[in-house]
Amino acid sequence: MSAIADIVIVSLLLLGAGFALIGSWGLVRLPTTMERLHGPTKATTLGLGALLIASVVYFQTRLGIWTAHELLISLFLFITAPISANMIAKVHLHRARTGAANEPIGIAGPPPRPGEKGDWATFEAPKRETPASTANS
Amino acid sequence: MKRLLPHPALSAMLLIVWLLMANTITMGGIVLGGFFALILPKFTQPFWPDRPRMRFGRAFLTYLAIVVFDIVVANFQVARLILFRRNRDLRARWLIVPIELTTPEAITMLAGTISLTPGTVSSDVSADGRYLLVHALDVADDAAEVARIKTRYQARLQRIFV
Repeated sequence: MSAIADIVIVSLLLLGAGFALIGSWGLVRLPTTMERLHGPTKATTLGLGALLIASVVYFQTRLGIWTAHELLISLFLFITAPISANMIAKVHLHRARTGAANEPIGIAGPPPRPGEKGDWATFEAPKRETPASTANS
Repeated sequence: MKRLLPHPALSAMLLIVWLLMANTITMGGIVLGGFFALILPKFTQPFWPDRPRMRFGRAFLTYLAIVVFDIVVANFQVARLILFRRNRDLRARWLIVPIELTTPEAITMLAGTISLTPGTVSSDVSADGRYLLVHALDVADDAAEVARIKTRYQARLQRIFV
């Protein structure tokens, strides 16, 4: 029983640590900001998920208690990770257009404009009276 | 009932998070959590005017299951890209996803889902709220990827946010 639990815990830890390592390696080797952003988003999802499951299994099998803090950690991470990625991407778009960035713009080049007219929310104030706007009320 | 609990989902969420934080289910914890679940939605009511109605039924659970499954699969794909693909062979692209969702909450959820599944990061929304700018690390077919996001995530979100 204990041996099986140990094997499960260790393999989950190795999986999580491995994904965190690959995510960090991606941060180092991918060419520009937009591509690098993809590295950390990996580490926080599967890598951290595996580490947290390992923690739950450890506390249950070794100390005989159920812990729920891991669930909360993943909940908070799932809320905050996309927002920080979004803010970094927006800053990158802004710096790329104003010419402040002294690095190549990325494999994908400058972002295309949405539709015929209009622009992205980084460059243009959100329109009122559109279904998605928070500026209505 | 509506005046006492203006936002039942938020109240339930607060109570659950409070109990998870305490890590035990005791009478005192339930009373204190219930107290917060009652007063916090009342005080924060002005922050969420005309919020959409959500259905937490089978559609919501299916959506969660699909997102978790996609996160696991995509993690392995991106790990392979990072380890074995040369930088000059990466097919990184900007994708423009037309939004059919009509509330800020639903659009936030779609953008969050896209960012959480590795390989795609939602970068910006258009000023008129009709398009989402998504950066993809490696796509072979732009149109197919956009169609996948639309059918897999957006169509399901449309059924959750009514």
